[in-house]
Order: sequence, then structure tokens, then C-alpha cells
Amino acid sequence: MMLCILMRTGLRTHETIWGHRRPCDRFSNMNESSSAIGTALSMIATLDADLFEIVLLSLQVSLGAVAIASVIALPLGALIALQRFPGRRAVVILLNAMMGLPPVVVGLMVYVLLSRAGPLGSMGLLFTPTAMVIAQSIIVLPIIAALSRQTIADLHEEYGEYLRSLGCTPMQSIATLLWDGRFRLLTAIMAGFGRAIAEVGAVIIVGGNIQHSTRVMTTTIALETSKGNLALALGLGVMLLTLALSINAAALVISDTARRRYG
Amino acid sequence: MADGAPHTEAREYEQRDSIAKHPLLPLVARGVDFGINGQRIIDDVSFWIGSSGRTVILGPNGAGKSVMLRLCHGLLKPTRGEIRWGDMSVADAREQQAMTSQKPVMLRRTGNDNLLHVLRVKGVPLGERQALVDAALEQAGLTDLGGRAARDLSGGQQQRLAIARAFVLKPKVLLLDEPTANLDPAAVRGVEELIGAIGAAGTKILMTTHDIAQAKRLAADVMFLNQGRLLEHAPAMEFFSSPKDPEAARFLAGELPA
Repeated sequence: MMLCILMRTGLRTHETIWGHRRPCDRFSNMNESSSAIGTALSMIATLDADLFEIVLLSLQVSLGAVAIASVIALPLGALIALQRFPGRRAVVILLNAMMGLPPVVVGLMVYVLLSRAGPLGSMGLLFTPTAMVIAQSIIVLPIIAALSRQTIADLHEEYGEYLRSLGCTPMQSIATLLWDGRFRLLTAIMAGFGRAIAEVGAVIIVGGNIQHSTRVMTTTIALETSKGNLALALGLGVMLLTLALSINAAALVISDTARRRYG
Repeated sequence: MADGAPHTEAREYEQRDSIAKHPLLPLVARGVDFGINGQRIIDDVSFWIGSSGRTVILGPNGAGKSVMLRLCHGLLKPTRGEIRWGDMSVADAREQQAMTSQKPVMLRRTGNDNLLHVLRVKGVPLGERQALVDAALEQAGLTDLGGRAARDLSGGQQQRLAIARAFVLKPKVLLLDEPTANLDPAAVRGVEELIGAIGAAGTKILMTTHDIAQAKRLAADVMFLNQGRLLEHAPAMEFFSSPKDPEAARFLAGELPA
């Protein structure tokens, strides 16, 4: 039922965006809408090959982007949390502001960089999954860095004196704080993942939504909805929702259990 | 009285004797001031500590005891004056010292891993680490609790773990900030026994407390600090039987500060 409502509101906005088509016409009564959901669910149940190719690529791209961004953002966040340097406040403000980078703009910038005429054009990365990973890494990096900076700063408040007394080098301090904050940092990483898996703007520009190559869940949903192929769109919508919720729930359970164990 | 009690010749002798055994002594402070935001927390403190026995910084809350300890450990820098450990600067001496805080910093790991952390940071070879940890846990009476999350331990156990962690590499000097504040008597006894054992093994202990009875039990010499000023520095026997400073006498008599 909720899905129906979601769909209907979705379709109305859709109509205004893609005004030249009228998919509503093909989807006017309840029977058809429930049959679309039925098809969607059966595609999931029967492990439809196209559907799973798309889901798999989505996960690969977004997890890849989050992994790359984390490797850079976690130490970066910790470094900014610990080091005192001129302009630090400005960096913190900038980093926090960059959490709201519009994916479309990031997509555009990466597009310009990777396009034939662009500085990295010779690498031939445009319209490949690699380009999508790059774009999503850029979107996600400030999110993970800003959230982990806060986490590490809070932890350092508590650990700082001990680490100084022990004579830790900055690297040793950062390693200690990252390790002891690992379960809280998982929340920062999950926030990044949530953003990556859900965004359309950047991947559609740099990926191009090419079938069997760069098609991910969000871009496919946008495309199939505009084509009026609601079954696939809905199937993917359900998958996207389920994945996002269950991965976040899993992360929460892990970090909660661990926090209870280690305090 | 700012520069402490006068040294008698006999005491100098005794102290010189222990200097030979202890590379970080004497601990000397000359005209140390420490202020923050224009407020003076330590006011012209000078002292000379030569003996390797337990030195207790005694005084009411807010006297500047913890700040004095941190100045000695080099976590804070004096705004004026100088502190030296033997012929070493405070910064150099810190490598051979360890400190615990009133509220112990417990890493979010097991007790065992809390101790291992020190050894890893200090670059102790992998193969030697666990034996050191086991010995330290045993000395602190925590052998059975090493596998528990440190932050789940009781207050007294946490303080003992913090002291065990500080002492795991047998530093020359151990600085303890109010090691038994907020502990019940049984836990206090456990912590004091551990401090006693460590002191007896030749480690110089410099600790703060506001607890007169504890100072009596543990101190070889007492520094009485009040409102940032060192009002008296004397051997414990002398200090408790006949305090020379009137403020100290009032404090010992249990009178509340005016």
C-alpha cells in the first residue's frame, strides 16, 4: 500500500520532470500497479539476471568509493582533529560545508576532468565504473572526514593526556584513536555509503547509464521510470531500500554490540 | 617558606646517597609560576627532592596539586621558573616516567590490550610483550580480569589497571594524580598496596592527595600546597607531628579553609 502511494506521488513529479512522456497513462488503475509490484517481487525472487547485474555494480561502485574515501578521510579527519595549524578553523568549516556537495556538480567536474579534451582525458575513463567510483569518492570523502574529525576530537579530549604522557608520535596517536573509535567511525562510513548508494546525479553524468556496463540502481530507476517500465524500476527501488536499510542496520548492530563490549 | 624546609646536613647525605641510585633525582623546581587566563594557579614554587621515597603533594581541592604534578611531568609548561630532573630537562625525563590521572584513561579495549598498547608505542619487541603484561597484571591483582573490557571494571580495578599500565615498563618515576579519589575503603587499600609495592621496588613516586590519612600512610616526605603556594615541605614524621606552617596545621586539624 505504501509503495502505491510512493509510486503515485513519484509518478506525478516524474510527469512534470519528463513532461514529454505520460507514463501515468499506462499505469492508471490499481490492478496494473499491483501487477507491477508483483513482477518486481518475482524478479527479485527469481534472481533476475539483469536486476542482479545492476545491484552488483551499484554495490561495487559505492563500496569501492567508500573504501577509497575512507582510506583518505579517516586519517585526514584524525589529523585535522589533532594538529593545531593556522587556518585550521577555516579547514573545519570548509570540510563541514563540503558534506553538502551537490552530486550533479561533482559529476560535472569529474566529467570535465575525464572527458577527451580534459586533463585526464587520455586515460579513457569516462563512462566506465572507475569514473563513477572517482565521482562518488569525491562526494563521500568530506562526509566521512568531517564526521570522523568530530569523533576523533571527542575521543582525543579523553585520551590526549595519556597519549602525551606516553610520548606518542602523532602517527601513534592517530592510530590509537582510529582503532579505539573504530565502531563509532563505522557510523561515519555508513553515512558516506548511504549517500553514495543513493545518489544519481554524479553517476549518471560520468557513467552514462550504459546497459551491461555502467548501469546502477539509481540511474536505472530514473531511466526505467521515464520509459514507463515500472516493474524493473520498482524492483530496483525495493532492492535499493532493502540494501540501504539492512546495511545500515547491520552497522548499527555491530557498533552497538561492540560499544557494549568495550564501553 | 616558599623554598621548603631547610636541608639539614644529615638529610643532604642521605639524599646524595639515593641520587647515586636514581638518575632522575634530585627533582628541583626554581621559582615556578603557572597561570592560565591571567589567573595564577601555581605561585612561585621552589623545592628540592632528593630521596627516592614516596613524595606526597598534600592540600585541599583547588590548591594546584594536579597542575604541579603536570608541570613536573612536562604536560604543562611553567609561565616562569624552571623544573629539572637530575641533569635532565622535564621533556627528556618524561621518557623515563609515567603518570596516571585521577579519572583513569581507559582505552576501549581489554585490560590486557591496554597494557600491550604501552609496549607497542614504546617499541618493545613482540615476543617480550605478553610476559611483561602478565607480570604487571599479576602485581596489580588483575590476572583474572585481563580479558575484560577495561571500561567495565570497577573504579578501584580501573585505577589499579592504570597504575599497572604506567608501571609495566618499570619507569624510574611514577606520578600519580589522586589515585584513590572517589574509591571505597577496600578499593583504596588495594591501590595503596600496589603503590607501596612499586615504591618499595625503587621507583620514585610523586603523588597528590587531599586525604590526610592517606598521606600519613604513604608519604616519606610531604609538600603542603595551598592556593598555588608551597607552604611547607618536610619529612612526613616532622610534618604530621609538628607542622611549621599555620595553614598546614589548620588543614591537619581538619579545619575548613577560611
